[in-house]
Amino acid sequence: MAEEVKVFGVWGSPFSCRVKIALKIKGIEYEYIEEDLQNKSSLLLKYNPVHKKIPVLLHNGKPIVESLLIIEYIDETWKDNPLLPQDPHERAQARFWAKFVDEKCLPSLWKACWAEEVERETAMGEAWKNLELFERELEGKRFFGGEAIGLVDIAAIRIAFWINVAQEAIGVEILNKEKFFILWNWIDELLGCSIIKENLPPREKLSAYYRTRAAAAKGSK
Amino acid sequence: MDNSLTPLVLKRLLVPTLLHLGFRKTLTMADEVVLLDFWPSPFGMRVRIALAEKGIKYEYKEEDLRNKSPLLLKMNPVHKQIPVLIHNGKPVNESLIAVQYIDEVWKDKSPILPSDPYQRALARFWADYIDKKIYVSGKKVWQTKGEEQEEAKKEFIGHLKMLEGELGDKAFFGGECFGFVDVALVPFYSWFYAYETCGSFSIEAECPKLMAWVKRCMQRDSVAKSLPDQHKVYDFVLQLKKKFGIE
Repeated sequence: MAEEVKVFGVWGSPFSCRVKIALKIKGIEYEYIEEDLQNKSSLLLKYNPVHKKIPVLLHNGKPIVESLLIIEYIDETWKDNPLLPQDPHERAQARFWAKFVDEKCLPSLWKACWAEEVERETAMGEAWKNLELFERELEGKRFFGGEAIGLVDIAAIRIAFWINVAQEAIGVEILNKEKFFILWNWIDELLGCSIIKENLPPREKLSAYYRTRAAAAKGSK
Repeated sequence: MDNSLTPLVLKRLLVPTLLHLGFRKTLTMADEVVLLDFWPSPFGMRVRIALAEKGIKYEYKEEDLRNKSPLLLKMNPVHKQIPVLIHNGKPVNESLIAVQYIDEVWKDKSPILPSDPYQRALARFWADYIDKKIYVSGKKVWQTKGEEQEEAKKEFIGHLKMLEGELGDKAFFGGECFGFVDVALVPFYSWFYAYETCGSFSIEAECPKLMAWVKRCMQRDSVAKSLPDQHKVYDFVLQLKKKFGIE
């Protein structure tokens, strides 16, 4: 039976980007559907009635939601170019760090990005603590997944690109190049991969979005 | 060396020594499983249930969360939280990750996750929903009062009803067999009496099908032996309320 694979996403979303990258690594053809989050389609609401969010992966009519869960589904369905390690302990570690990226690292990074002057130092301290913990996991590896891009690398694309672009647009430096040179080596490696580059949103468009947000935040004070 | 001595040396010394070393190696290959836990933690209970389902012998270590052990801090330096599953010296943190690990290592007995990738994705989705919604909303029920508590109750019951809807008429969340979502949710049953008493409501009245599911789960030894008594949990919650000045 011919595979029918569709992805519901939003151009600037790191979460739909994760899904696109995972599918590309596996060499899976798919149809991409851009959603308007201000006016969600009836299909999106049908396929993700609980959270009503993108991304949604539709595989032969069956919806899978939550980007990290989608990646695990993709990895279990299409076995070439594994995204998770084979060893159960290493798999557990990969899941742990992917969760850490979403639940600890990114919230603290965003907080530091958008913090008011008075709160910035504390927010920065917290963000740096999390980045230090995360960076240690690279341990001289090319990627978090080892020689090849894996689940944690795909999850942390939010750091490598989104935080990267945002901090430049907003005019803060959380991902300090001297302090986090190991992480920056990884960022350069990751963003240098064609499979990643081709699936990122246009840098200028994303930067303009953050600049607008930053100006609006200043204006509302 | 005298040639005739060599076979004797082999027979009497080398071979037994090698066999003994091989045997010792086999012995030390036996799994060493330790669980760092805290008795009222629903997250810890998940791991207890999974280990019991698989019939794995392990050492249970109770942690004092006001005075965390050096072992806990070493095994979970990132979050410094329980539960921590330690298998042959290697830690696995986060309860749902630990349950999946247990299922993958001891895969020949009592599967916890389904084998079909789509069913697995669904199971993970609902376990993730439980993780994000039940603990937090339940906590708000016992931590607040007045208007805030009414809101918290509405939210908590809403989440339970969502799960009840997903259960439908099935015996368990995965269908006929007890599985991942059941393991993720059933520990919160030990907190139901505390939520109900603090919030003055009845979960049975709001979600009768869910309570029927609870009873089915509690018939399993793995669940019954892993959950503490609800009244004991309620006493613990009362102590917490006193400690945080919530009356």
